[in-house]
Amino acid sequence: MHLKTIAELSRGLAAGEFSSAELTRAFLERIERFDGQLNSFITVTAESALAAAADADARRAAGEAGPLTGIPIAHKDIFCTEGVRTSCGSRMLDNFIAPYSATVVERMAAAGCVMLGKTNMDEFAMGSSNETSYYGPVRNPWDTDRVPGGSSGGSAAAVAARLAPGATGTDTGGSIRQPAALTGLTGLKPTYGRVSRWGMIAFASSLDQGGPIAATAEDAALLLNAMAGFDPRDSTSIDQAVPDYTAHLGESLEGLRIGLPKEYFGAGLDPEVAAAVHAAVREFEALGASVREVSLPNSHLAVPAYYVVAPAECSSNLSRFDGVRYGYRCEAPKDLEDLYKRSRGEGFGAEVKRRIMIGTYALSAGYYDAYYLKAQQVRRLISDDFRRAFGEVDVLLGPTAPTPAFRLGEKTDDPVTMYLSDIYTIAVNLAGLPGLSLPAGFAAGLPVGLQLIGDYWSEARLLNAAHRYQQVTDWHRRVPAAFR
Amino acid sequence: MEWEAVIGLEIHAQLSTRSKIFSGSSTAFGAAPNTQANAVDLGLPGVLPVLNAEAVRMAAKLGLAIGAEVARRSVFARKNYFYPDLPKGYQISQYELPIVARGELEIELEDGTVKTVGVTRAHLEEDAGKSLHEDFHGLTGIDLNRAGTPLLEIVSEPDLRSAKEAVAYMKKLHSLVRYLGICDGNMQEGSFRCDANVSVRPKGQHKFGTRAEIKNLNSFRFVERAINFEIERQIDIIESGGAVVQETRLYDAARDETRPMRTKEEANDYRYFPDPDLLPVALDEAFIEAVRLTLPELPDEKKHRFMTHYGLLAYDAGVLTASRELADYFEAVVKAAGGHPKLAANWVMGDLAAALNKEGLEIDAGPVGAEQLGGLIMRITDNTISGKMAKTVFEAMWNGEGDVDTIIERKGLKQITDTSAIEQAIQAVLDANPGQVADYRGGKDKLFGFFVGQVMKATRGQANPAQVNE
Repeated sequence: MHLKTIAELSRGLAAGEFSSAELTRAFLERIERFDGQLNSFITVTAESALAAAADADARRAAGEAGPLTGIPIAHKDIFCTEGVRTSCGSRMLDNFIAPYSATVVERMAAAGCVMLGKTNMDEFAMGSSNETSYYGPVRNPWDTDRVPGGSSGGSAAAVAARLAPGATGTDTGGSIRQPAALTGLTGLKPTYGRVSRWGMIAFASSLDQGGPIAATAEDAALLLNAMAGFDPRDSTSIDQAVPDYTAHLGESLEGLRIGLPKEYFGAGLDPEVAAAVHAAVREFEALGASVREVSLPNSHLAVPAYYVVAPAECSSNLSRFDGVRYGYRCEAPKDLEDLYKRSRGEGFGAEVKRRIMIGTYALSAGYYDAYYLKAQQVRRLISDDFRRAFGEVDVLLGPTAPTPAFRLGEKTDDPVTMYLSDIYTIAVNLAGLPGLSLPAGFAAGLPVGLQLIGDYWSEARLLNAAHRYQQVTDWHRRVPAAFR
Repeated sequence: MEWEAVIGLEIHAQLSTRSKIFSGSSTAFGAAPNTQANAVDLGLPGVLPVLNAEAVRMAAKLGLAIGAEVARRSVFARKNYFYPDLPKGYQISQYELPIVARGELEIELEDGTVKTVGVTRAHLEEDAGKSLHEDFHGLTGIDLNRAGTPLLEIVSEPDLRSAKEAVAYMKKLHSLVRYLGICDGNMQEGSFRCDANVSVRPKGQHKFGTRAEIKNLNSFRFVERAINFEIERQIDIIESGGAVVQETRLYDAARDETRPMRTKEEANDYRYFPDPDLLPVALDEAFIEAVRLTLPELPDEKKHRFMTHYGLLAYDAGVLTASRELADYFEAVVKAAGGHPKLAANWVMGDLAAALNKEGLEIDAGPVGAEQLGGLIMRITDNTISGKMAKTVFEAMWNGEGDVDTIIERKGLKQITDTSAIEQAIQAVLDANPGQVADYRGGKDKLFGFFVGQVMKATRGQANPAQVNE
């Protein structure tokens, strides 16, 4: 059962081959059996999962089942889940039981999904390797000495090892796409405003976007159908009709114009990754797409601009974690200042503190114009690059990450090298565009991710292109040997 | 040396929306602590603000009422600082692009001259919660009911030159926000409060002196006293060779003095930046015009109309239009009395105001309604009762003894205007006082008053005095 895609499980449930209770039990057993090696879950909600599965089976019996009714999934521990610890990977929220649920959580529950638990992540989604989590690093199922990527590393590892058929993630600079790439999965970061941020703990508000991580584009489409849509509780959510993302998956790619940004194939790109991407390009050509080189001339500014904007917003977003109302509070504070300093000093990990300090500095009087304002101007330049490119082509294609999964500890002492693992994904967030990573082969035995970037609201097109590619390849069906 | 004070006010008017500026919680005052604070007000992880459209409408109303520019695009920014009653660690406010800019307000000075005071800007922001230091031994309690209450911060130009001018400006604005129905003006509950920026300079000097900001003045009297204290303090410092320090000061009403809260060196760097959780507020022409249509007649217009339409003196028109409720009451009295605005003004500003003052009541809380007072005036003007009798009737009405005609009837206060009845009474007085009649006929004109008095006495004051005189 666990090797089936969500679409296949959905058909199996509909055909009565198995019940949601059986399915849920099977995945809970796999979590029990394998997660010791991976550390992909922070919290497993077995009891409520079985209750939800029974509900789903009852709904199915009553003839009220939709495509996701009874499908087990996992939520990244950044989404608030009522009555369940929502830690955001931080000691700060280790004791935080959310009193309400995120819109994404509510919508997926309404669609009938069964939550297996909450997945591990980089602390407050700040990291590219899932090594900054208070709950310890997550390991990559393809090689447990390696990282699964981050920050949605727990979701990616869990789905890659088939401890869950699909999971939610969030992507601020690549946090869905990069771990999907490093674990051989399909992950989609939707257009900014497509998925509600209500109840999704903010890292960088203007960049954060929730999205699905699954084995296939078809599965991602099914999950996005449930997640997407306008939410009046999120002022940045956009009131735009949600198409059925599964409706156009089978359409031909004949005439699809693909652009290869030359800046995404330069120095720093692992040659084996490059080879895998070029091979995929040939597949797309065989599917009828035309391919040309394009330029995104301001690409080199994306990482520096991101590391001003994201820390600036995070320095403010994380101010609420002050030890006063909820979350971690230091022992026996002497006075208010001591309460603040020690609660935050002890509650946050090193990477979070680093970014709070960078962001605080960037917003300070006298530096604001040089950093924050300048970064916002760069953001516009980057958006303009994409606008020009989408005048010529329909989809941009390139590697998701410059290298396959790296070793645990390999980059932890060098934050800048770590930041560069998001070099191809960050610009997409700065521009608010949708981006999708799909598996496109292996480099040194490790999965390689291919990134498709589309114009605003072109999720259906990206999913269609990925799905057609997955019709003629089988990278997405590969499961690491130890977890089959 | 002659000194001149330079004063600018920042007034925080709490907007009378039903729910908070970024959440659906109620804004009602006085609820049990933290019962009006939801997930958004508590600053829980993952919550997001959604702007209350009514607060925007109210801000636009003020902008239009003071002839200001209502921004087609304004932006909410975060003001970052840590304080236990500030749940998110930042206050959502407006910084570079406020919703209202460049307005003005006319104030009348004591000598009757009119001064125009510039209003630099007015911006929307959320209030913080309250820290309760007294109620918990050694601990501080936090009440977040007030957190997220909408405020309009109205910033004046440094155009004011004395404490009296500052108070006149504040009163004018207080009246205006209540006219507009955007703030209840309740100063005890903190719905309308003021920070004053005060500096002094030698008269004639163009450059401003170093200013001190006095925080949280919540009555007109405190504003006046705090500013006067501060002006004296600063002059004393400079005259004794010192220099004024730029700082924030707190007014202590019990000691009638200001004292330092924090100096510039300790000031927070608020790290303002546009709030990425909120879109810029975009207002189109249609919205602004729709708000314009909801504007009531404003105090200055009303005062002018009271002078031209009712023939009132400037002073009386000013008093009667000081609040919308008082002006409405006055107009209702005139309507019920079928005219006679001057008499109505005298009654409203005289006996009624005195009775209200005595019991500390607002105009619409007194026991004598405008209809009743209008009825009383009607009975004066149609000669049913005299002005003197009217005072008795008014007292009875105040005590809840019924409407004007019932009281007149019950007390037998009806004025005798029947000529033959009056003549009969006069004849009786003349008959009873033959000696005085003889003296009067002999040239003692002064006795005329005696006869009139006797007639009034005989009729128990009910004879129309004018007719008796005839």
